[in-house]
Amino acid sequence: MSEQIQEGTVVEASEGTGPPVDALVVAENVHKSFGRLEVLKGIDLHVRRGEVMCIVGPSGSGKSTFLRCINHLEKLTAGRLWVNGDLMGYRQKRGRLYELRDNEIAAQRSDIGMVFQRFNLFPHLSALGNVTEAPVQVKRVPRAEATARAVELLERVGLPDKADAYPDQLSGGQQQRVAIARALAMEPSLMLFDEPTSALDPELVGEVLDVMRDLAEGGMTMVVVTHEMGFAREVGDSLVFMDDGMVVESGTPAEVLSAPRHERTQAFLSKVL
Amino acid sequence: MSKTSTPARSTEPVTAVPVRYPERWIAAGVILVLAAMFVHMLVTNDAFNWPFMADHMFSEPVVRGVWITLSATVLSMVIGVVLGIVLAVMRLSGNPVLVSVSWLYTWFFRGVPRLVLAVLFGNLAILYQTVELGLPFDNYWMAWLGMEGDARFFEIDTRTALSGYTAGLLALSLSEGAYMAEIIRAGLQSVDKGQTEAAQALGMSRGRVLRRITLPQAMRVVIPPTGNETIAMLKDTALLAYVPVTIELFYQLQAIGARTYQIFPMLVAACLWYLAITSVLMVGQYFIERRFNPGQHGSIRNRIVGGAHR
Ligand SMILES: Nc1ncnc2c1ncn2[C@@H]1O[C@H](COP(=O)(O)OP(=O)(O)OP(=O)(O)O)[C@@H](O)[C@H]1O
Ligand SMILES: [Mg+2]
Repeated sequence: MSEQIQEGTVVEASEGTGPPVDALVVAENVHKSFGRLEVLKGIDLHVRRGEVMCIVGPSGSGKSTFLRCINHLEKLTAGRLWVNGDLMGYRQKRGRLYELRDNEIAAQRSDIGMVFQRFNLFPHLSALGNVTEAPVQVKRVPRAEATARAVELLERVGLPDKADAYPDQLSGGQQQRVAIARALAMEPSLMLFDEPTSALDPELVGEVLDVMRDLAEGGMTMVVVTHEMGFAREVGDSLVFMDDGMVVESGTPAEVLSAPRHERTQAFLSKVL
Repeated sequence: MSKTSTPARSTEPVTAVPVRYPERWIAAGVILVLAAMFVHMLVTNDAFNWPFMADHMFSEPVVRGVWITLSATVLSMVIGVVLGIVLAVMRLSGNPVLVSVSWLYTWFFRGVPRLVLAVLFGNLAILYQTVELGLPFDNYWMAWLGMEGDARFFEIDTRTALSGYTAGLLALSLSEGAYMAEIIRAGLQSVDKGQTEAAQALGMSRGRVLRRITLPQAMRVVIPPTGNETIAMLKDTALLAYVPVTIELFYQLQAIGARTYQIFPMLVAACLWYLAITSVLMVGQYFIERRFNPGQHGSIRNRIVGGAHR
């Protein structure tokens, strides 16, 4: 049975303060409701260090919601979620659960990078400004140092000459690569991608996937919600199929894509492959 | 793409007779005659008494009045904007107490005419003889605890603290805060939710998101109406005359007019002064708008009604 976490209240919790397993992300029975609509119905997942996990599933199955629960952009209704050994959003003390303060949650988030479907670059800042903003403001990195690092990162995502461009002067693919550089600038130990190529023209998808592939090869732990089955098969270490707020099937990409065991997985794959 | 009746290919330049609009010429003629009549009246009607106006428009008390008017405009706008930000953030905070306080404040100060507020604040001294700073309700709880004296640390005579100018300034700033709150709230709400989420995902705290991401983006929406507010405020400083603030521009001009029986020239002088200051403020607004629109290339006209893409 799941304990309900209610806003602003202190909740009884099971004993023990650490996650039950040693993995970078541990989700235990994660539930999320919006009002009376239950979007996540008990997700259990582990993401190992260095693992690239791809999440696929039909629209509305709760993939984005789960991703947003990982960095506590959404509060769980029930269950627990640990990243890097930290219980996200709460502190467990003497068997009770206390909500973290805003700045404590912010500190937890600063270790998790997120890339959005719609890029969400800051339009009032240049590409360079987008990448340096968080290190300077949050980590108090000296500006010169942050700038040098940002230039390096922009080079790494293939945009060495776009440092001074503003988001509305960049193509979708370029914007998304700046967004990846912006997330990397915080030197996160985990990167979340929510359909990073879905808003892109087909010919721009490749350049973003290339950057993500490089990142995966560099050993970054990644959770990627995507419809790019080719990417999932080549780059992913594991594949999770979600439907209706639950994990229906998971395994290596080869297993799930070539020999799906569940009817719902089969039905979904026959539509997208 | 239709293939019906392709006429012989013509290479001659177009030399068509343009459409004539005689009604436009008639309208222009009428307007010109009216304008000429107006100018004639300005020059010939003795009530204007231009030489007298020119003599007194730059007299020492009037120029000081201009400075008072300018300082009152700038100060009340600065206080109003800060207050507006606080009220807007309270209104959007989701905390029921803060939301209601913000709503009540806006309701009151938007509902009472500025003229009434100005006079009201001018008469606050009737309510309290002195203004004191200390712990609240001290006369009750200190007696209850059996203590002597009071818990007041600072005391000042109301007439000193609330001179006409301060009282008037307070009335204008508090009223402006209510209007600015609505403008800033609209600005904050115009910023895409994805911006806040991206900033939060980077580890920025709520306050930092507001200062670094949301407010700067809201500025684009906030500045044009704030320019309006500033110009309206400049004109509303004339209400200070009713507090009364005797050193204020309009009061001074009227006083000269009344003393010399040259009412009309001084009214015209008032118009000219307010127009001049407004023009200066508009130039300021232009530069502030440019400052908060980096990366917005192409003219505003092109962005709104379309045009050649650069
Ligand atoms: N803030 C919200 N308030 C209410 N309902 C929401 C909210 N966010 C998501 N939902 C609902 O939750 C369900 C799951 O949404 P979610 O965005 O997680 O799906 P998804 O799997 O990411 O779909 P897609 O592939 O289309 O992005 C949907 O039915 C959606 O309408
Ligand atoms: Mg989604």
